[in-house]
Amino acid sequence: MSAAGPPQGTRPLAGAARSAGRGEPTSAPSPATERVLTVRDLCAYYRARHFGVRRDVRAVDGISLHVDRNEIYGLAGESGCGKTTLVKTIVRGIRPPLAVAGRSLTFRFAGQDCDIYALPQRELENIRWRHLSYIPQGSMNVLNPVRRLRQSFVDFAYRHIGKPMPEFMQQVESHLERVRLEPAVLDSYPHELSGGMRQRVTIALASICRPDFIVADEPTTALDVVVQKAVLGMLHDVQQEIRSSMILVTHDIGVHANVTDRLGIMYAGRVVEEGRTAEVIRTPRHPYTSHLVASLPRIGDMTQRCGLDGAPPNLADPPPGCRFHPRCRLATATCRAESPPLVDVAPGHRVACWVTAPPTSPVIVQ
Amino acid sequence: MTTALLDVDRVGMTYSVGGFLNRRAIRAVDGVSLRLESGKPEILAVIGESGSGKTTLARMILNLTKPTAGAIRFLGSDVTRIRANCERMAFMRRVQPIFQNPFEAFNPLKRIDRYLFLSARRFAGARDPVDIEAEADKALRQVGLSLAEVKGRYPHELSGGQLQRIAIARALVSSPSLIVADEPVSMVDASLRMSIVNLFKALRNELEVSIVYITHDLATAYYISDRVVIMQRGKVVESGNARAVLDNPQHPYSIVLKNAVLSPDDAGKPMSPAGATTALSANAALNAERKP
Repeated sequence: MSAAGPPQGTRPLAGAARSAGRGEPTSAPSPATERVLTVRDLCAYYRARHFGVRRDVRAVDGISLHVDRNEIYGLAGESGCGKTTLVKTIVRGIRPPLAVAGRSLTFRFAGQDCDIYALPQRELENIRWRHLSYIPQGSMNVLNPVRRLRQSFVDFAYRHIGKPMPEFMQQVESHLERVRLEPAVLDSYPHELSGGMRQRVTIALASICRPDFIVADEPTTALDVVVQKAVLGMLHDVQQEIRSSMILVTHDIGVHANVTDRLGIMYAGRVVEEGRTAEVIRTPRHPYTSHLVASLPRIGDMTQRCGLDGAPPNLADPPPGCRFHPRCRLATATCRAESPPLVDVAPGHRVACWVTAPPTSPVIVQ
Repeated sequence: MTTALLDVDRVGMTYSVGGFLNRRAIRAVDGVSLRLESGKPEILAVIGESGSGKTTLARMILNLTKPTAGAIRFLGSDVTRIRANCERMAFMRRVQPIFQNPFEAFNPLKRIDRYLFLSARRFAGARDPVDIEAEADKALRQVGLSLAEVKGRYPHELSGGQLQRIAIARALVSSPSLIVADEPVSMVDASLRMSIVNLFKALRNELEVSIVYITHDLATAYYISDRVVIMQRGKVVESGNARAVLDNPQHPYSIVLKNAVLSPDDAGKPMSPAGATTALSANAALNAERKP
């Protein structure tokens, strides 16, 4: 593994990134407004074939979104609504039967546009971890159980850092301090650490190369509240320090309220509402979002909360029209017949609903 | 004085770990006492971080693990003294569990109605198939489902929320007087969580079932429970009326726990970079102070 050595600037991308460094803006547009990820009409289907009959499970069906530099974009929605499929598609972590049916997915790394689906495998390996890293679901169980953590760091990051081993190890140790772990943990196996420590190691592993883009899929589920808050705080601090963009997936609205800048609410493979996190939570426009926010219990508040009745739709055979209409109290004839477009209701706040956001507004997106 | 429905009297559980030379004893539960009165159904929430002994306590109440100290009495009789099979069946009829992960609680290769039918035959005394189905249907209707929706289906065909409701229905088949629910909503997502939590409320109000609700989610505990017990490292650090304790926690650990709750009302406020560290270091300081 170490024989392969670091890539010596064979690609313009890596070379540019290294010379530009992080923090100092290059000739590119100001870093505050630079779009790091632009997704347009992304579709990803699970393609199954039973006795010659093709059946597509449309887990991601026509999603458009963008993430700016140094921004945390949150994705929320119930289980099975396609959150994880969406982020897997974004990092090109897909395997059959999952297939991308239609896409326009562009990353902008180091001032260059880059379509990760058009890259050959070798180039992709150079992009991963250096520019794009992924904290998968169940992050406390993704570390290699038969390798010490020191070896895991070497496996993932050594070739991208491009420093001799002693300096590399020093960098790993100083990076572990950011997530408040002792250098001694490098010599342990994953099973010797607690769940919270393992998740912090995974966060350190994903951020050691100072990537432009981090995708974190449920980084704190199954942790108890005290540890969860600490881990989220560290994730946030690391992101602020290395100024990367991030997509954070979780169904916990409390987490989104505290960490994310913008929030997209997904329902049955589509984004139904998107906007600044505070705006979406305070003034939800889509009936599903309203329901989600209203159902959250709060300490100090004893008013009756109700859950959402009915079951999430079967994505192999989604209901016609708006996919939420069978569970929606406001549903009209239009909702049953036609799928609503995402329209702007306020600057940066988009909603897909015929009733609460009729598309008479001047700007129609999608 | 009436007999308590459940009387947990200074129980302790010590696990011994390590080999011959470095044997250590870990006190998972250390002198915990609780009391649930009969004839007065209530929801008692047990709150604590992972590793605080919540699940061990639940297993001891369910008589799956024997305590190493103290006694657990159910309607006046010591549960660890149960020897005969008929006594154990009688105990299981009155005390039923609900587990954390509905996907793991059911065998994926068996039809889900099998669990309901087995419970109906064992505990509800139903003999012929018509009675068994009627019992299962009655229990499912109490949780807002029906046998027609469930019959013949496998666990993978149902959502997590539905499976957890079926797990509750299975527990209700024997008309128990106590349900021990170990983190019943932590694997269910936010939109379905409240329908399960409301179901517990309905069970207490309508079926007069007492519930021991084990959780680390303070917001739902505040919402449904009558009393709370906060556990840390095997010991009860604070207990009392749910609203009084959670509105104004006294013990330093309870305060740390309450401050760590991420509320949706915090939207728009910047997350203080120091906030995270304070939570963790406060916890670490508390842990250090408790070490012998």
